[in-house]
Formats: sequence, structure tokens, C-alpha cells
Amino acid sequence: MLALRLAYRNVVGKGLRTWLNVAVLSLAYVLIIWHQGMFIGMLRYGSRAMIDYEVGGGQYWHRSYDPLDILSHDDAHGRIPAELSELISQGKATPILIRQAAIYPEGRLHSVLLKGIDHSQTVLKIPSHHLKNDKEALPVLIGKRMAKSLAMGIDDYITIRWRDAKGTFDALEARIVAIMDTPATGVDKGQLWVPLEALQKMVQLENEATLIVVGRNVLSIKDLPEWKFKEPDFLMRDIIEMVRGKRVGAAILYAVLLFLAMLAIFDTQVLAIFNRRKEIGTLMALGMSRGSVILLFTLEGAMNGILAIAVGAIYGIPLLVFTAQRGISLPEVTEEFGFAIPPKLFPFYSVGLIVGTVFIVSLTVTIVSFLPTRRILKMKPTDALRGKMS
Amino acid sequence: MVLVKTRNLLKCYPMGLRTLTALRKINLEFQRGEFCGLIGPSGSGKTTLLNIIGSLDVPSQGSVTVLDKKIEELSHVEAARLRRNHIGFIFQTYNLLPLYTAYENVEFPLLLIDMPEAKRKKKVMDALDWLGIADKAESRPAQLSGGESQRVAVARAIVKLPDLVLADEPTANLDAENSFNILEMMVKLNQELNTTFIFATHDEKVIRYLRRKIHLVDGQVVKDEIVN
Repeated sequence: MLALRLAYRNVVGKGLRTWLNVAVLSLAYVLIIWHQGMFIGMLRYGSRAMIDYEVGGGQYWHRSYDPLDILSHDDAHGRIPAELSELISQGKATPILIRQAAIYPEGRLHSVLLKGIDHSQTVLKIPSHHLKNDKEALPVLIGKRMAKSLAMGIDDYITIRWRDAKGTFDALEARIVAIMDTPATGVDKGQLWVPLEALQKMVQLENEATLIVVGRNVLSIKDLPEWKFKEPDFLMRDIIEMVRGKRVGAAILYAVLLFLAMLAIFDTQVLAIFNRRKEIGTLMALGMSRGSVILLFTLEGAMNGILAIAVGAIYGIPLLVFTAQRGISLPEVTEEFGFAIPPKLFPFYSVGLIVGTVFIVSLTVTIVSFLPTRRILKMKPTDALRGKMS
Repeated sequence: MVLVKTRNLLKCYPMGLRTLTALRKINLEFQRGEFCGLIGPSGSGKTTLLNIIGSLDVPSQGSVTVLDKKIEELSHVEAARLRRNHIGFIFQTYNLLPLYTAYENVEFPLLLIDMPEAKRKKKVMDALDWLGIADKAESRPAQLSGGESQRVAVARAIVKLPDLVLADEPTANLDAENSFNILEMMVKLNQELNTTFIFATHDEKVIRYLRRKIHLVDGQVVKDEIVN
């Protein structure tokens, strides 16, 4: 308690030198929390978008389905199992049939995935209701990125060519009935959404699907002989890994920030011990043990961290609250990141993030403050009193 | 009552390849209530002896007993406890803690012995009053003159009523008037509280006040005289 009191008195007494350290440290606290909050916000948004538009509560994959092997898609289909039919009829699951196809916008060949989805489904947020009954042409729903890359709009016609289950080529004219504005790129780029029943007829795979998305409220999930259940975490591993990778990259920034702050603390401590040799000798002469003097100097250093929390809170809390409520506008190029990024990102600051950051920075400050004080262990009081280093 | 006793005290320092002997065969006894001084030119070993008695240093050979504790056998923590509870130091350069006020400097030794606040406050103000610097209680060392600073240092040394006060050239940086005032106060303290004072000095102003003069030359006691 006494050491704390003395440390506080010494730290405040040092004036500007203390406040410079505190300012740099508080910046480290606030920037790390803010930046991490951005990534957490990004991950939360991306995950939510994927769950809403693509993943749902998980997916049953046909045993031959491999999303990374596009050539296998035409063989990855099977009858919708009876165990899931009931869920589908209750609106708790929706089957999707995936086939390879080609389209010819403006005479250019584009390989696409034809995805058949039930127009009445509500498991995913895909606006499949647009696919209901179109007698003139096959209705097609595409995402805004797809529309941009094809330079096509609503009511434009495209020729689709595909192979049916027996390998026979066929083609027809389809009409774009809607363009969906989805943050999930996984249901957008290179994909044409068509009515499930129509696609099943086109490829002669009636009552068959490639995967079945179950709703988030479905609890009893089990693997079936031909169908393997994939958990949402598995389905979202790419985005999780991508954000984790970006966070690792961002750690370099934190390391630089922390390094600068720690350099300032270390430098201050080394200088303090050098400049205050006589004072150290006096403290020992007055009856403080070396351990107590080391504790005092370590606490002085660590107190920079504590003051930085207070100073950081003064400007950091309003800044963090402001960004969390108002969001941060992102440039359009972030569309190309490969996963859902909103036009406005809302950082998310969890208690764990704040407490963790404060703990790690404070611990680092304390360790860095302690390291130079080990010199005091070697100091003879008689030398220190004369201002000499032993 | 014997407060300090040295037996065959030897202190050597390594100086490159050679060894410098700062004290040799020192056999002394100091009684409670003495007002005595170690006198000698620079390099005669006065400060070294004072430091060893004050448990800031240890003898190379021989034995030093202070308040029944053998200095050479004390750990760092035990030595610190001895200084904290029983010994007061006065230095030539005052050695006040620069960030603290005069009051806080005097209060410091009492904080170290965990004295309750009310009692501590009274003791500090009494000490400052006694030394005539109560009006400087809120001043920092940089705002004090040499004489005032040394008075604060004396107040700090005596505030806990130690058994022993060790003063290393306490008047070396003071003018005649300030030296006189400080010494008069120390004499008064010695007489009223029976505090033992051991000085290291070659200042004639101090020497005149001493009741026992121990002359050191080249680390040896050459004369130990009692002044009546």
C-alpha cells in the first residue's frame, strides 16, 4: 500500500514525462481495442450474412458433393431422404440442386452454377419468391455482383445450356426476374438461381438435390447414409480463417504500437534509475530494502499503464461508442474481399476484448517496468548515495 | 550501555589489481548518548566507518555490533530493518527526496515504520517546529536554502527518535550561521532525548562541539580523546 502511494506520488510528480508515456500507452490501448473491434464486427457481420443466405443451421451434403471440385457437381445428387422430407414440408429445411451450366451473354461463354431452390422456402434469406411461376421463360434470380459482371439487368434474357442426367445437352432462354442485393458472395458470383422443380425437370433429376439446408431452429440432427451433415462452423471455416489471418496481420500493428509504448516505458525506467541513483541510496539509507525499492520503481512504471487506462477511457470510450453506434463507411473495393463486408461496418467491442487488451498491455508494461529495476539488486547503498552505479 | 562496538574491523576495496585498505584494526565502543566524531582528512576512512556502523556496508574482516546485531551477519532485509527502526542518517548533500515537500520528506521514515496517520502528523510537525521550519512544510527541496534543506534532513533523521544518528559532514555545505544553528539543535537533541550522534567530519565548527573525538589517519585510529 505504501509503495503504491509513493509510486503514485512519484509518477504524478514527474509531470510531462509521465503524461507523454501515458498518452502513447493510452493510444495503444484504444487503437488495439478499436482495431480488434473492427475485425470482430467484420466476422460477426460476415458470419450472420453467411448463415442468413447460405449456411442456415447447417447443410446435409450428398456424399459425392465437393464444393471445391466443380467437375463433381453433376454427379453429386440423390433422392431427398424421407427423414428430411418432413422437415422440408414443415419449412424447416430446403433442398438445393446444383448443376453446371453455360450462359452466353453478349455472345461470350460463361461457366455458371445453376442452383435450383424452392420458391416458397424461408430457411434462407435468398428472395426466392421472385422465382414463382413465369410462363414466358425460365425465371432466373442473380446477385448484384453477378449482374455487374455480366452487365445485365432485370428482364434481360440469357441463353442457358446444360447437360441433363444422361449427359445430353439442352438449352433455353431464361429471363432475369430479380437481382438480389446480398452481402453473401457465396450465393452471388457465378450463380444463377432457378426454381427447383424446373431445374429438376430440366436435368431429369426429379425429387433429387445436391444439398439440403436446414433451419437454425432444427435441433435433432444426425447423419444419414447418403447424406453427411455439415455444421455451420465447418461451412464458415473459410471466413473464420480469413478473418483470423487478417487479425494475425493486424497483430503486427499492435506489436509495433506496443513496442513503441514499451520502448518509452523502458527508456524512462532506465533513465529514472540512472538519474535517481542518489535517491535510491537515500531510500535504502532510510530503511527501504532493495526489494521494496524495486517494487516502488516497478509500480511507478506500471502506474503509467493504469493512468493510460484512465486517460484512454476519457477519449476512447466516446470514440468506441460512436463508431459502434454509427458504424464506419467502407469503400466499394471491399466487395472484392471474398466474403460479406457491409457498406458500413459496425465494430463490436466485447467485454473479453477490452479486459483482455487491458490485461495484456498492463502486464507487458509491468514486465517492461520491472526489467531495468533489476540493476538496483546489484547497487550498493554506499555507491548509490554518492551517485555511482555499482 | 554500549550501542556500537567494533572489533578488529578491516575494510578493503579492490582497486584494479590492487586492494585498497580503507580501515584497519578498528576497535571502538560507542555508549548511548554520546556526541562524538570521527575526525580526519579526506580518505582517512571516516565515511567508510560511518557506513559500516549504519549497516550500509559490511566489514571485510572483524566484527561490528550495533544494538546487539552483528552487521556482517545481517541480510539485506535485516540491515534495512535496523536502519529503518534505529538509525537516522544526515548527509553532506542533504539527500532530500526531490519530488516530496519538506513535510513529506520528514514523514517518510514514519511511513516506513507504519506509524498511524494522526501520530505521524503530530511527530512531523513537532520535528519541523523544533527545527524552526514549520512554515516551510509545503516547500519542495528546490525551494529551500542550504540551511533549510539541512534542517529538513535533520528533522527527517530525528523524527522517529532513533537510537543512533549518523551524520556525514553535515555542515560542509553550510555557512557559519547555519552550521551553528544546526549543531546547536543537535546538541539539544542529544541532551534532551539522549540520542547518540556520531559525526564524520573535518570541519572545525563541528569539532568544537564534540565531546569525544576519534582521529583517523589512513584508516587507523590514531587518537581517541574525551573532551570534558
